Amino acid sequence: MAQKEKDALSGVETTGHEWDGLRELNNPLPKWWLYIFYVCIAWSLVYYVFYPAWPLGKSYTKGLLGYSQREELVQKVAEGKKAQEKYLTAIAATSVEDIQKNKDLLAFAMAGGRSYFNENCAACHGAGGQGAKGFPTLADDVWLWGGTTADIYKTIQHGIRADDGDTRGTVGIGMTAFGKDGILNREQIAQVAEYVLSLNKRSTDAAAAEKGKTVYDENCAACHGDSAQGSVAVGMDVGAPPLVTANWLYGGDKATLVETITNGRAGVMPAWSKRLDDATVKSLAVYVHNLGGGK
Amino acid sequence: MSTTTEQQPPQTDLLERPVAVAGDPLAAPSPKAPRRAARSMYQKHSKVYPKAVHGTFRRIKWAALAVLLAIYYVLPWVRWDRGPNAPDQAVLLDLANRRFYLFFVELWPQQIYYLTGALILAALGLFLATSLAGRVWCGYACPQTVWTDLYVWVERLVEGDRGERIRLDQGAWTARKAGRKVLKNLIWLLIALATGGAWIFYFTDAPTLLGEMLRFEVSSTALGFIGLFTATTYLLAGFAREQVCTYMCPWPRFQSAMIDEDSLIVTYQDWRGEGRSLLRKSQSWEERRAEGLGDCIDCFNCVQVCPAGIDIRDGLQMQCIGCGLCIDACDEIMTKVGRPTGLITFDTQTSQVAVATGGQPVPFRLLRPRTILYTLMMLVIAGGIGVGLLLKPGLDISVLRDRAPLFVALSDGSVRNAYTFKISNMTRDPRAYTLAVSGVTGASLSVAGDGQDEQAGTQRLTAGADMVATYRIFVTAPRTGLQGASQPLTFRLTSADGEVATYDSVFMGPAN
Ligand code: SF4
Ligand code: SF4
Repeated sequence: MAQKEKDALSGVETTGHEWDGLRELNNPLPKWWLYIFYVCIAWSLVYYVFYPAWPLGKSYTKGLLGYSQREELVQKVAEGKKAQEKYLTAIAATSVEDIQKNKDLLAFAMAGGRSYFNENCAACHGAGGQGAKGFPTLADDVWLWGGTTADIYKTIQHGIRADDGDTRGTVGIGMTAFGKDGILNREQIAQVAEYVLSLNKRSTDAAAAEKGKTVYDENCAACHGDSAQGSVAVGMDVGAPPLVTANWLYGGDKATLVETITNGRAGVMPAWSKRLDDATVKSLAVYVHNLGGGK
Repeated sequence: MSTTTEQQPPQTDLLERPVAVAGDPLAAPSPKAPRRAARSMYQKHSKVYPKAVHGTFRRIKWAALAVLLAIYYVLPWVRWDRGPNAPDQAVLLDLANRRFYLFFVELWPQQIYYLTGALILAALGLFLATSLAGRVWCGYACPQTVWTDLYVWVERLVEGDRGERIRLDQGAWTARKAGRKVLKNLIWLLIALATGGAWIFYFTDAPTLLGEMLRFEVSSTALGFIGLFTATTYLLAGFAREQVCTYMCPWPRFQSAMIDEDSLIVTYQDWRGEGRSLLRKSQSWEERRAEGLGDCIDCFNCVQVCPAGIDIRDGLQMQCIGCGLCIDACDEIMTKVGRPTGLITFDTQTSQVAVATGGQPVPFRLLRPRTILYTLMMLVIAGGIGVGLLLKPGLDISVLRDRAPLFVALSDGSVRNAYTFKISNMTRDPRAYTLAVSGVTGASLSVAGDGQDEQAGTQRLTAGADMVATYRIFVTAPRTGLQGASQPLTFRLTSADGEVATYDSVFMGPAN
């Protein structure tokens, strides 16, 4: 019979293992605890049978239940789409103005519009519509083609100078290249640029500006308006920006103005109704309008 | 030192009771090989058959059991009027709608720290109780103890007391044995089902849920939880019992840190009882004493009633849940044999040492640094929670500034920032608010999609009862008034009845 050895202080039996005079106490694990480990191992075997488990090169063991997270995701997405349906039909059937007035539809359109915007528009207009040179800021109050929700809706639908019958502006025709086409000479261009600067109280050459006014009235006022308030203000659909402003699409310094007048400008935007369905375009219009600049 | 916390016999040190040591192991290590062969790494489970016992502690334990079970089953049915459109259940943890209701308290998810406070309070309460009276929680109030007690009671009703149960388990399988076992397990399962069923009443409106249960319309989630709690109750109270306390629960491992020599604990007075030996009929107590025998007549009554299956005469042990049933058991014996009760007693070590060495019992010291400290900490936390609840706002706002674009320059040269503005209306009425900003010269406010025109002063906003309302707010300021790229901006929201919430944000503009 083996002799049991107990630790003097704790009265607990030791394992007989000893390291530098320290003895290991034997506080044995209960048997049932051990069996729980076995049950877990058995459980894992059951799992292998019913669930995907082992990789097989390019494939894997599928398990009897045919469970797949991928499929679950597809299903969830389909469910989500279905839940969205009633809002999407409602949005498609409602005018953009009325969407703005309906709290539920507005919330839905804003949430959807945000992701559609990031997917389709942010590449040019920047996240949150902050804009870039040549790509208008959508959060400010300058609108070349109108800033009401209806205006924005139409612009997104049919694009600008785009391949679409109802597009804004005319394909291939933008601001006249007054220099390149020989309509104005260099001096006249410099004068009219000076005049535009004077409108914004930045002119340094009053005499030139004075002469520039005549050039402006003869060449520019037709589109930009007599007091340079922009084409929207004079009720024309040509996208001529206001020239009394702090916000310049291409730059408001004299060199850029001269460049613009010499070569002309003709910004374009695709007609999105060809790529996105109506509910999406409406959501985008509402979202853009709410970015802050909407009129 | 981990060895001493595993099984701690402080009396050994204090009273110099000899420990069972087979020789001096340090001086004479015996050969290792044969010993290893006999030693098992695993402990065989030996079932504990607690014997019925009567006495003070047993009565307290029954009372605790009745009160606690009553609270558990009745609490979800207590109603509390919160007005229309609000649940009228006094205690309701509404996970689906993210609201906790505790009588007059109503918590939103962002106020979950109140629950943290309550948990800390509960932990400190446990520490305080332990430093005062050992493991009273374990012995009387822990659900594991309460349900185990209930299950043992059922077992005793069906299978008889200790002796009968042992005989039944050891005997061959007969129809009678099978009948008893089936009946017992059936009752156990019913109790477990009631336990699991009651649990989910805390998470949904109890009367509605009961109606659904009776019509068999319970959701699969609810069913899952009922099943889970039924299974755990049945297994833990029916079979695992003291094994949970000994092997699974962490509390016994560190409760010794809260106990000191002035804590009341269940103690065997070994100075009085040792020289334990059976009492012979012919023997008088004077003769026993003359023979050097103690008061313990080695009847094992204390061992047989112990729900933890231990012998208290070995000293304070990790397995002991401090239930005091062994006290009742021994008092019964002592009364029978005509000796003073209290051979096993509820006393402090200080007092026991004093009495053992011939002195007077030391009165219990309620005020000790640790009890004072625990109490103070509890008061501070309870006070903090109380004040917090009294001043709990009905309004909370949060403001998130747009980061893309950082700011927008407008055609007249002014600068605009956009903010997502959330109003949490934590009251039961729809409310109207006035929003104003300060900190930026000439700043004006507007709300997206609101149709109201920008106005220099304030904006009126509303939020429905018990709702979070979200607005997109624009703040516009002339460039001339800005100082640098970023400056502080304070939102101030005032409700119609005068409650104010402020939020400090910033206003960004061009660098120059
Ligand atoms: S030793 Fe006594 S107090 Fe401790 S668990 Fe057993 S019966 Fe209860
Ligand atoms: S019940 Fe009392 S007398 Fe009996 S064995 Fe326990 S301590 Fe000794």
